[in-house]
Amino acid sequence: MSFTVRKDSRGITVIGVDGQLIVGNRHELKQKVIEALDGGERKILVDFTNTGYIDSSGLGALVSLSKKMRDSGGELRLAGLNEDLRTLFELTKLDSLFTIGDTPEQAVAAF
Amino acid sequence: MATPLSKPSPLSDAELSPLRLCVRRHATPAEAVERGIEITLRVPTALDVVEEAVDLLARHCLAGGLTPHTARFNLRVALAEALANAIIYGNRLDPGKIVEVRVVVTPSRLTVHVADEGDGFDPALVPDPTLPERLEEEDGRGLFLIRQLVDEVRFNDRGNAICMILRRA
Repeated sequence: MSFTVRKDSRGITVIGVDGQLIVGNRHELKQKVIEALDGGERKILVDFTNTGYIDSSGLGALVSLSKKMRDSGGELRLAGLNEDLRTLFELTKLDSLFTIGDTPEQAVAAF
Repeated sequence: MATPLSKPSPLSDAELSPLRLCVRRHATPAEAVERGIEITLRVPTALDVVEEAVDLLARHCLAGGLTPHTARFNLRVALAEALANAIIYGNRLDPGKIVEVRVVVTPSRLTVHVADEGDGFDPALVPDPTLPERLEEEDGRGLFLIRQLVDEVRFNDRGNAICMILRRA
């Protein structure tokens, strides 16, 4: 379980979630996003292309990070969710709260 | 040996003991049909063992006849959420307490019991996390997800044990 932070070709911060986003590592993701936010970033993408599982704590962390970003005039977008993970967002209606792209490229296209 | 300052509390026996599954197959075919296979697991009150516990149980339940997708997704999510709830809200992260999991596999259904040592809660008081005014709350989606992903959910009277039923196709 780990997170990778990179900048895409347009300078947008992309945080990749490798493995799972769960109660045991959600604080680490929060830290990465808050570091980027404190560093002046206002557009952050969380990439789930290599993620197998997100639990309800992970969903909650994304919700609170999204709120924090919006309060600072920014936006947190998501991409790369597999079918099961997308189902979790749909069941909890969180798909209405986020811009979710099939791929990172698609999610940042209109960023 | 020096203990790192970042880890102040020593591990309890419960945390040190490996997870051990107990699988009981009933002796006669008639009993097996009626009562099925029972799998029990004692899970220490530690969030970092949830993944391993879910893995172990899901693997055995897959062998018990759930479709691969139901075992991989519905059962895993429901189990992980029930265990996390039991550890965080039930046992309040007290390493002296344990969570008991008992799975009964019969030809028609899979019944998963998860019991903690806490005081219990009233599930009727848990608000719907998909209400517009609750959508941006950080917590409170675990039980909702369980209800969405299994066929039936029951609690004991005290509210410290959940029973989740997945019917087999």
